[in-house]
Amino acid sequence: MGLAAILKSRKTRRDMMWGLIFISPWIIGFLLFNLYPTLASFYYGFTNKALIKPPEWVGIANYTKMFTKDDLFVKAIVNTIYMVVFGVSLNIIFAFFTALLLNMEIKGLSVYRTIFYLPTIMPPVAGVLLWLWILNPRYGILNYFLSLIGIRGPAWFADPLWSKPSVLLMGLWGIGGSTVLYLAALKGVPVEYYESAMLDGANWLQRTLKITIPLVSPVTLFISITSTIGAFQIFTQSFIAGGENGAGWPRDSLLFYAVYVYQNAFRYLKMGYASAMAWILFLIILAVTFVMLRSSAHFTHYEM
Amino acid sequence: MATTARTSTQSRMQSAVYYRRIRVINEILKYVLITTIAILFIFPFLWLLTTSFKSTTEIASIPPRLLPKVWQWKNYVKAVTYIPFFKYMWNTVVIFALKAVGAVISCSLAAYGFSVLKWPGRDAIFFLVLATMMLPFQVTMVPLYIIFTRLGWIGTFAPLVVPSWFGYAFSIFLFRQFFLTIPHELPEAARIDGCSEPRIYTQIILPLAKPAVASVVLFEFMWTWNDFLGPMLYLTRMEKWTLSLGLLQFRSQQGETVWEQLMAAATLTVFPAIVLYFIGQKAFIQGIATTGFK
Repeated sequence: MGLAAILKSRKTRRDMMWGLIFISPWIIGFLLFNLYPTLASFYYGFTNKALIKPPEWVGIANYTKMFTKDDLFVKAIVNTIYMVVFGVSLNIIFAFFTALLLNMEIKGLSVYRTIFYLPTIMPPVAGVLLWLWILNPRYGILNYFLSLIGIRGPAWFADPLWSKPSVLLMGLWGIGGSTVLYLAALKGVPVEYYESAMLDGANWLQRTLKITIPLVSPVTLFISITSTIGAFQIFTQSFIAGGENGAGWPRDSLLFYAVYVYQNAFRYLKMGYASAMAWILFLIILAVTFVMLRSSAHFTHYEM
Repeated sequence: MATTARTSTQSRMQSAVYYRRIRVINEILKYVLITTIAILFIFPFLWLLTTSFKSTTEIASIPPRLLPKVWQWKNYVKAVTYIPFFKYMWNTVVIFALKAVGAVISCSLAAYGFSVLKWPGRDAIFFLVLATMMLPFQVTMVPLYIIFTRLGWIGTFAPLVVPSWFGYAFSIFLFRQFFLTIPHELPEAARIDGCSEPRIYTQIILPLAKPAVASVVLFEFMWTWNDFLGPMLYLTRMEKWTLSLGLLQFRSQQGETVWEQLMAAATLTVFPAIVLYFIGQKAFIQGIATTGFK
């Protein structure tokens, strides 16, 4: 063996040792706070684990119960899918639209951008409480504005039919993060593309459909995946809107998946059952992300 | 021949006027549209602020008053005494500070191992780091709670703080991306001069990474300020509560919600976050601009 090779292997060994030393805090954290809890929760899912009681094996009973005997579980899934479908699509449409507006030559762009971004800084608890006040059925300002144009506003959070749209409305207020991402992508579209399209006589709609939307599709994919994962885990809104009436109020219309997992784990102390549900959530999120990434190959355009 | 030439110039002039007019109208429409949307976005903040200064009778007046007749500064005094506001704020700040210090140290260390150093298996392990981001909190929530119960940590800040001291994907990624922009000649030259890895990390890499440190600290602040589920799970005793939990006290007490005081407390909660956002935005951009090969 040549001297260079020995040196190289010694250097590699040295670098590996230092590499492992530097990442050792993460390795310990990964084992303690990620790997062990994940495996433990997988195991608990097949038991009737409660907080102090040692777990007893129950096989797949938790999983069969979920899909055959638990009406609330089905309700939580339906409610959550509602939020995923409408929340994600509204987020994308409005964020793209506001980014398009901001991308036009506008004086004071940074002011507008700050205004759109500011609501995302609002702590969720304060944000939900503020919207409960804005959407107050009797004294709320929104229903007052609606009454000015002759519309009798709904009871919003207090009405099972309107509670989910209330959460969606609140979500729209917080699209600033997506808007900023879209805006950055729009700024990256070369002006020459538009210029040559205009020479070919393409109108605004054609340019948007054929140039802008394909070129920002990587951002659309990113927002779709992150906001889908977010929507599957909606918790705070429901928990606070429910208040003393309990999360899910009114009439379980805001009973979302993450809320139901929490209730089972810490209210009914059915930790085995809650773990089984958490694993189903994990699998759903993995599957949805996988499908999105896979199907994106057909419509996502990456510039080389 | 002459007449056709004249009409064509005429029509050309007319269409020029026409197009200019359309452009002006477009221009006006653009600003009307964007300003309307901006007002819709800023309005909830204004409503938060004005409500916090209203009297109890103005809160319940129909139709609602846009502005208070007399600005009730005492709402703020009442709000911070109705709940131990500053106690909760202090708790939140302590949790944030402890988390931020731990995250900066542990995540930058790991990022150093994942970027400045080259070793076999490095990228496979880094993929594992990123994969942990896919794991929903719900999955680890129950076993973590059981571990923390066994350790006797429930009711203390430890379950919220300690995990940050062992590094986590988002900030490791952030530091790593930043370290990759540092020219590798820098640590290499130091190595040839006999500099040890810990010294390269503390004396060369970390001082260059101030903007990355600043953004991790900023993110930690936002997360701590915003967190609700974590404190609700672990902070069982009221004297340990954070602001997010404290705000709920205005609702959960017997009887009607005291909206004006709640809005005053909410304003005080949001205020530091907004101030930090404006300071941080500048510092962050400056930091990126001033980093370089020095």
